Amino acid sequence: MERTRLYYRALGYESDYVWATFADVPFARLHKPLAEAKIALLTTASPPDRGNVDSSGVRHVWSGLVVDPPERPFTDNVAWDKESTHTRDRGSYLPIEVATVLASEGVFAGLAAHFHGIPTEYSHRKTLTVDAPQVLSRLRADGADAAILCPL
Amino acid sequence: MSLIARHLESNGLPTVIIGSARDVVEHCGVPRFVFTAFPLGNPCGPPYRRDIQRTVVAMALDVLSSATKSRTTVTAPFAWEDPDWRGRYGRVDPAKREELLELGRQRRLRRAAMRPRGTTNEA
Repeated sequence: MERTRLYYRALGYESDYVWATFADVPFARLHKPLAEAKIALLTTASPPDRGNVDSSGVRHVWSGLVVDPPERPFTDNVAWDKESTHTRDRGSYLPIEVATVLASEGVFAGLAAHFHGIPTEYSHRKTLTVDAPQVLSRLRADGADAAILCPL
Repeated sequence: MSLIARHLESNGLPTVIIGSARDVVEHCGVPRFVFTAFPLGNPCGPPYRRDIQRTVVAMALDVLSSATKSRTTVTAPFAWEDPDWRGRYGRVDPAKREELLELGRQRRLRRAAMRPRGTTNEA
């Protein structure tokens, strides 16, 4: 975080970003054996056409089918190490293929029908009051028992 | 994403984060976390390394079912092939100070043009 602070100061930002922090952390148990659980995947990537951005420039939660995911989700709008690596392999940040293999081997019941894309926001409030409830609703609609979250 | 995990858990849905920004995730506080010591961008493993990606996801599934308390962190047993990546990421080269300031100025202009209500955090 300190390196990020210094970098953004060098870019001319006058105020440091304030990362969220909490003393208490909620915890929910998996209420069925893993082999019977349906698992959802979440990413911070955007759709290839950036179609989740409305006319005001606000980004929204988006979803895609795990059986037909976009080959190259859009990732240039989030911070990642563009000098040392690349995101041309979707599996390196949205692991549909290896998860599908693990499910076929009986490790868990299977992937939820949709994966979900979460905007990375400056505003904690927008994430907590708009995006998070939206994600929860979509996970429940798919019957997901748990989620694996893979921020870039 | 840590805030999303907290919301889902608060509503009874267990989660596990696979990520490489350990300080940010643990500063926030999440229930379960698989830490991969890779450059940001490939939390599940290096590109095209399905063997590593599989192991990382399997670790996440194991933590999902076996963790008994919040703030459970496990570290994946893999290192990035090029150890010099840490020194490169986000470095501030004094010789490029003016260039960085201009980059920041362009970013602020771009953001202001597309975001009248101030919500996005695009890099």
